[in-house]
Amino acid sequence: MSAPAHPSTDADATPGAGSTAAAPAPPVSPTRRGLLGAVPATVVVLVLAFVPFFLAEDPVTILTRILVFGMFAVSLDLLVGITGLPSLGHAAYFGVGAYTAGLVAVHWTPSAPVPVLLAAGAGAVAALLTGWLAVRSHGVFFLMLTLAIGEIASQLALQLDDITGGSNGLPVPSIRFGSEPFDADFRIAYTYWYVLAIFVVGFAAMWLISRSPFGLALRGIRDNEDRMRSLGYTPFRYKYVVYILAGGFAGLAGGLFAQVNRLVSPVDAGFALSAITLLALVLGGAGTLWGPVLGMAVVVIVRDYYGPDLGGHGPLVLGIVFVVAVYVLPRGMAGLAGLLTGPRRRTRRSIVPGEERTS
Amino acid sequence: MVDWFDANLVSILNGFAIGSLLFILAVGLSIVFGMMDVLNLAHGALYLVGAYLAYSLLDGGATWGAFLGALGLAAVFGLVAGGVLSGMTEPLAKRPILDQALLTLGIALIVAEILAIIYGNDVYRIGAPPGLDGSVSVAGNTYPLYRLVLIGIGLFLAVVVWLVMEKTSIGALVRAAVADREMVSAMGIDNRKVKVGVLAFGSVLATVAGVLGGPVYGVRPGLDETVLLLALIVVVIGGLGSVKGALIGALVIGQVDSLGRALLPELASFVLFGALALVLILRPQGLFGPKKVAS
Amino acid sequence: MSDHLLELSGVTRTFGALTAVDGVDLAVPVGSRHALIGPNGAGKSTLFKLVTGSMPVSSGRVVFDGTDVTRMSESHRARRGISQTLQHSSLFLSQTVERNVLMAAQRQPGGGRRSLLPRRQRAARDRAHELLTDVGLANRSAALVSALSHGERRQLEVAVALACEPRLLLLDEPAAGMSPAESSRLVGLLKALPDTVTLVIVEHDLDVVFALATSVTVLHLGKLLLTGPPDEVRASTAVQEAYLGTGREALFLDTPASPSLAKGDRTTELGVG
Repeated sequence: MSAPAHPSTDADATPGAGSTAAAPAPPVSPTRRGLLGAVPATVVVLVLAFVPFFLAEDPVTILTRILVFGMFAVSLDLLVGITGLPSLGHAAYFGVGAYTAGLVAVHWTPSAPVPVLLAAGAGAVAALLTGWLAVRSHGVFFLMLTLAIGEIASQLALQLDDITGGSNGLPVPSIRFGSEPFDADFRIAYTYWYVLAIFVVGFAAMWLISRSPFGLALRGIRDNEDRMRSLGYTPFRYKYVVYILAGGFAGLAGGLFAQVNRLVSPVDAGFALSAITLLALVLGGAGTLWGPVLGMAVVVIVRDYYGPDLGGHGPLVLGIVFVVAVYVLPRGMAGLAGLLTGPRRRTRRSIVPGEERTS
Repeated sequence: MVDWFDANLVSILNGFAIGSLLFILAVGLSIVFGMMDVLNLAHGALYLVGAYLAYSLLDGGATWGAFLGALGLAAVFGLVAGGVLSGMTEPLAKRPILDQALLTLGIALIVAEILAIIYGNDVYRIGAPPGLDGSVSVAGNTYPLYRLVLIGIGLFLAVVVWLVMEKTSIGALVRAAVADREMVSAMGIDNRKVKVGVLAFGSVLATVAGVLGGPVYGVRPGLDETVLLLALIVVVIGGLGSVKGALIGALVIGQVDSLGRALLPELASFVLFGALALVLILRPQGLFGPKKVAS
Repeated sequence: MSDHLLELSGVTRTFGALTAVDGVDLAVPVGSRHALIGPNGAGKSTLFKLVTGSMPVSSGRVVFDGTDVTRMSESHRARRGISQTLQHSSLFLSQTVERNVLMAAQRQPGGGRRSLLPRRQRAARDRAHELLTDVGLANRSAALVSALSHGERRQLEVAVALACEPRLLLLDEPAAGMSPAESSRLVGLLKALPDTVTLVIVEHDLDVVFALATSVTVLHLGKLLLTGPPDEVRASTAVQEAYLGTGREALFLDTPASPSLAKGDRTTELGVG
């Protein structure tokens, strides 16, 4: 439904999607490719911008949540899909951002976009402090350490109840522009546009990062860290920097969440969020940036929209989807897009592109 | 010093009880991972299954029959779960560790949610079997007898596992496989059978730990995550695939957690993470881990 | 200071009881074209790894451009200008040909400070295109590496190594698996390299070796047997008998089936793995 991307938008952002196998194409100027890609992206953004005029309030609210969590999923994709750092605790930085925005709104100003910007900063600082340790480790140690970081973040949120409100959560005042709150009649639409604007800026920034020489180096590290060393790179620095950046964008998403949801509680920093976001990556296709947004749309719709109809057991459905997706969709929906255009390669496929190499 | 011990004796004993339980959990996780490269994120969910089993059987009355029945059922369930996990991860064996971890994560979500459907969101207490449900006096403090028994069981299991690992051919196989994963197939042993065996062993320990821990910690939704996290920290600190590491890691984390909660309640999580960070800075492969894993 | 770009003294590498590289002393002058030959298991690939730093030495010293780099990390050495192609392909399979070269080219020049400026990116892209043209892959730049033939991958390896703008270029059997046309193109390309690039090449194809090299070192069971100009090495009776006499097979006749050679073979396996 939200479909914020057309597969062709990003044909060149899906390195391992299995599509470009043949074709000794003449070199196309990347600038032109970028311009061609910009057209569908602009269309998508325009369509999204007009959504509140067509849809009822409930779907707009859901779409708002999709954008918030979608940006979070993209920030995780920067780590998992682009750099090959499988974090299980990325929600920690989302939580840090959410609490920061909430506390800023309570104690200082709920005026947009101050809380979310500070939230982004706080997420980056948290990643700076914890990432140094996490990024030094490899493989399963990284999995475990990031899991520990995530758990400890939500435990802290629970225990520091003088500041965070503990398990009752932290109520957050509604967004204001300048000194005015949003007009009550159009609050949902205004909130949506505010979220959309920040989503577009955040997504564009992450997209540019992944397309930059820095992003290319990250993909190189994902595919073959040793080779990068022999080319003169210091992989640790790149991983550390992208970890901080991803933490910042996660904080930004968390800040938006605080302002939209108007209540932050310890589960928002917890393992469950990291888990369903990984599910979104698996569903949408890691490493494509836009795929995880689609994956997150499915997750949010199942959990928040149909959740009540499922007797509150959306997580059960998500768990089943998760297990199935790991088997049948190693490249997610983005992988499906690749299958339509290219021959199916009989390589050992894996969730993170490029890792099949390890033979 | 003596005063300090006296004042904190209960916390220290609690730390040993937690440590005991953590050892039972972590040793399974550690060996499964050390030998098979499977990071089993469903380990906590298996604990939860054991705990709910204990609740179901002991709810009508904490008899020995019910307690032992729960242990037996939990063990059977663990065996089956090990087989299922082994079968489910097999198709992903050649994929990166993340894929298998995600699969077990999905399984953990499903199991936890099914338990939530059956038992709801309530927190349940579980009674200790008769004779063990009282308290005894330890150096002037009254202390629940069952917890002392739990400490004993943990130590007993530690000795048994240690003996198996050091003195039997199975133990030799496990140690060889942890040191060099190619070894198992090179020795002409069916890798898949080893995998089923190892996963079943780990899963039985997890479900049994759930029953054993029931009378102390009760059971509630979300306990699986807490337990998994603590066990993972133990494994990281102790080193992958090391029984000695799991024991010492469990005892350390048990004390850190218990004393941390008693002395610095606000900072308990920081203390836990601090211990983890300290160990990893000094020894990235864990206290007793094989060097190669950390590379 | 000397005019030697690379100086090895007593470089040794052991794997348990096996000695893969045994006390090698070697001095490679700036701008030379140096070939390293010897049978399988002579320790050539291991020696390369010791020079690039992907494997630490057991003892001995590696001096690059007057600086002792023995304790320096691989990436530091790479930034000082040591570049290599590997015997076993180490390309980024999920990336396009162009991006593989860009991965190396975007680090240059200056050996560290990358820039996000479009001008710099364009320079890197131009450089990549130039190199791909040189190695004959210009029309394949948008293809995925996984779609390349073996020969094409070897060509790409060379392009990647050159994109590092190396001062010392280590080529490990660059012509292996290439067609005669491809390999003569490679020789032409390497010959045309400026004197600022010093070349050390491991190669079994002696046509390539003698077409390129200004000096040749023969390595046997980890020990340096002989170093000299190509004619001298070719004239050396030991080498002639051992090497050329068997129709360019990399075999030393003294111990064709002896345990020591078998031991040497295992050494290589260990060294590579």
